[in-house]
Amino acid sequence: MMAAFEIARPEIFLLAALCVVLLLDLFLGKESRVITYLATQASLLTTLLLVYSSFFNRADKTLGLDGMYMVDEMAGVLKISILLISMLAFACARKYLRDQDMWQSEFFVLGMTAILGMLIMVSGYHLLVLYLGLELLSLSMYALVAMRRDDAQATEAAIKYFVLGAVASGFLLYGMSVLYGLSGSLELNTLREYFSSQADVSTNLLLMFALTFIVAGLAFKLGVVPFHMWLPDVYQGTPTAVTLFLSSAPKIAAFAIVIRLMVEALEPAQAAWSQMFMLLALLSIALGNLLALVQNNLKRLFAYSAIAHMGFMLMGIVMTTHTGYSAAMFYILLYALMSAGAFAMLILLGRKGYEVVHLEDLKGLSRRHPWFALMFLLILFSMAGIPPTAGFYAKFAIIEAVVEAKFVWAAVFMVVMSVIGAFYYLRIIKIMYFDQPNEQVPIEADMDIRVLVSVNGLLMVLLGIFPGILMSICDLALSASRL
Amino acid sequence: MMEWPILSFLLWLPIMGGFGVLIVGDRYGARQAALLVATLSFLISLPLYFVYDSAAGTMQFTETFRWIDALGVHVNYDLGVDGVSIALILLNTFMTLLVLVAAWDSVKERIAQYMAAFLIMEGLVNGVFMARDALLFYVFFEGMLIPLFLILGVWGGAQRIHATIKYFIYTFAGSVFLLVSLVYLYTQTEQGSFFLPDLYALTNLSESAQLLIFLSFLVAFGVKVPLWPLHTWLPEAYAQAPTGGSVMLAAISVKVGGYAFYRLALPIVPEAAHDWALLVVILSLVAIVYMSLIALVQTNLKKLIAYSSVAHMGFVTLGLFLVFKLQGLAFADAAVSGSVLAVQGAMVQMISHGFVAGGLFLAVGMLAERLQSTEISAYSGITSRMPVFAAFFMLFAMANVGLPGTSGFVGEFFVILASAKAHFWVASIAATILILGAAYTLWAVKRVLFGEVNSSELNQLQDINRREFVILGVLGLAILVLGWWPEPLIRLMEGSIREWMMMVSPSDLMPAMKGNS
Repeated sequence: MMAAFEIARPEIFLLAALCVVLLLDLFLGKESRVITYLATQASLLTTLLLVYSSFFNRADKTLGLDGMYMVDEMAGVLKISILLISMLAFACARKYLRDQDMWQSEFFVLGMTAILGMLIMVSGYHLLVLYLGLELLSLSMYALVAMRRDDAQATEAAIKYFVLGAVASGFLLYGMSVLYGLSGSLELNTLREYFSSQADVSTNLLLMFALTFIVAGLAFKLGVVPFHMWLPDVYQGTPTAVTLFLSSAPKIAAFAIVIRLMVEALEPAQAAWSQMFMLLALLSIALGNLLALVQNNLKRLFAYSAIAHMGFMLMGIVMTTHTGYSAAMFYILLYALMSAGAFAMLILLGRKGYEVVHLEDLKGLSRRHPWFALMFLLILFSMAGIPPTAGFYAKFAIIEAVVEAKFVWAAVFMVVMSVIGAFYYLRIIKIMYFDQPNEQVPIEADMDIRVLVSVNGLLMVLLGIFPGILMSICDLALSASRL
Repeated sequence: MMEWPILSFLLWLPIMGGFGVLIVGDRYGARQAALLVATLSFLISLPLYFVYDSAAGTMQFTETFRWIDALGVHVNYDLGVDGVSIALILLNTFMTLLVLVAAWDSVKERIAQYMAAFLIMEGLVNGVFMARDALLFYVFFEGMLIPLFLILGVWGGAQRIHATIKYFIYTFAGSVFLLVSLVYLYTQTEQGSFFLPDLYALTNLSESAQLLIFLSFLVAFGVKVPLWPLHTWLPEAYAQAPTGGSVMLAAISVKVGGYAFYRLALPIVPEAAHDWALLVVILSLVAIVYMSLIALVQTNLKKLIAYSSVAHMGFVTLGLFLVFKLQGLAFADAAVSGSVLAVQGAMVQMISHGFVAGGLFLAVGMLAERLQSTEISAYSGITSRMPVFAAFFMLFAMANVGLPGTSGFVGEFFVILASAKAHFWVASIAATILILGAAYTLWAVKRVLFGEVNSSELNQLQDINRREFVILGVLGLAILVLGWWPEPLIRLMEGSIREWMMMVSPSDLMPAMKGNS
């Protein structure tokens, strides 16, 4: 019987580890809380190694736990990325939480449950499992967003996030229930078989009804237009460490759930859902880029840029080709890295009782801290998609997939929008490089976050010079997962 | 063929060197380190000229290996140079070296970053000139924007921010369409390839696709060159850039546009280029005449040189697109020699303009360093206080006018000669530059160099020092050598240009081409 659970060994370990960390923290005072932090990182690292040792590089898709849990190479790559990004997020959070007087263990414990939810989302092969994973992630996130409970903005963000997120979950659940009603099954495999045997997939009204709800629910979670309203407010109101976490790893999990649910289970109906998603994606690219132009709050700016990036990523998925999926996966992994890097930079530049929030706070950064200004520059150029940074290849891969699928007009639209997008990234660079600094303050940060931020920035160039490495990882993973 | 990858050296040495200079930092010998890297790059680029077999005119020194092979995308790291690329690479390494020497004392602030930006840009521009893979080309073509953006924005003049952002957005907006076109072309090739010869060989493009691709090329490269209505970023950028930035923009960056027409636009979609050649010829003529007229009324030296640059670059596009107007000639021989002449003229003009505009900007930079102004009205009677400087300035001005014996003459003369074969009016309009150019240049020279010394600041002007003398002297020498003896340059490029003609010519002219070469 033990062997049956082997398939979920990393998740089970993580669950146990987070209980241990929770208990451990009871016996620790504020001064020794660093042990909680270290224990958390150690558990994440162990989980990562478990994922790597047991599941990575397997050529076949293994279904276990009564057909509810799937392990394939895509899951392996995505889980490892989620864990790595989360570890980066936690390392940055350590500095932030101390600076902002929020040095409590809740962040780490809730963060671990969120990660557990993400891992389940990546591997779930059953509507209920997927839903449970998503809810585990969302509920932990609601609590994390509300962590600064005496702050009006944070509370507002949390309430907004919770209410809209709950509505989205409701949408998703409703769509799933209709799918169940149609097919009589919750397993993705069975759903796929059922719908491919149906001749009237494209005209089945109930199925379209279900698809609409599922697409809307997923769009909420991804934060694409017109279901994006919560995103800027939540990004802005949330403590930056949580924004970092929220804006990076969960995006990868959201990608996974879209792949599992739409591409794997509802593949027979792809003509229908890809049209819906395409419209949302194009709208997001347009609106995200345009609205980001007028933001003065960095976190809001990155929120709108996230909307645009999610649109770009979705454009890869809606092409419903192997190239498209791999391009989207490449895009989402890079995006998570860039977004984490950008927020990590904001955390790095903050100090006790002071946060970098507004564009003006970056004034003359290149004179104050030339090295970190350069790193931020690389991350921003990468987000704008200017070669030779890595972000260019992400956009290029998507555009290649789009042109290959004969949507040249969409490609033209996307590149025009990315020119508009380039402008607001340039604005940040302009403020960092061309303006005079107001104040001269040293960076108060430990070596770990300095190194992490530098590595993140340099990765933008390294992955730009050798983009083939990550591209072929995505390509091979999805080939092995037969997508 | 050389055994070791000389092109990769030329590409990576300046880039790595640039990062090295950044690490060295302002305090310890950033200048010397940068100078070392630039000198090495220049020295490494010299063998290209001597070893290259210019009679064959083919791509040589080629290097190739698989770079990206995933997601159904196959991109090669494909380098190679022909005669034209070598000439431009030499120009690039040479001008970078001069610019770094020119910045020795004049740039006081953040010297390491300044030097590093120029070195990194040198490497990326070399990459543009040697890429044989369209995506690789695009990466360098876009990537060179980043250092230029910083050079303009950090060390530029008072209104630099507007000029810098405008420049970036203009070029970026132009080139994203290029990306879509290249990706489209990629999907049209049989195996999926960005290799330029594979793109040249494409024959299955529909007429509308050709047209759209051509237009995207026209916009992308037209912004860089700049072609007449796309030029509005240029005067501001040139005027606001620091001296080195203006020099690199005028001498190198705009050449990238001309080179891209030569390397990508014309050979990939020759039919569309043929159909639309008249438009480009007209735009070039407008640039020549209209920009010259605007240059007449400028009160700022840098802006005057900027407008004059647009006018002179008009000859490059004119020469390149004349090829299609000459192909229709009844006598095939005349057509071939005329076309070769036109393209040679265009290419010689690119090199010559690099020296002339570079020299003028460097000279103006030296003036500005002394009086903190680039307004013409700030100067008067320089000759009596700075005689050596005045002599050089006069030489550059004469080359700008296109006086026989200077390099400016050769290219323009070739293009005018070729255009006379195509149409009388094209030649006569193009030839007006000789009059208009003389008018605005000489008038500016008169106001700056001659007249009375009418202020105490002017009275205290020091003539150029030894370092400045070397910079201007080397450039002046290059201009004179190229003017009196253009033979080596022409021979370097001739074989490649004849090869190139085969790719852009309709098939019925091909036998005549082969017979001639």
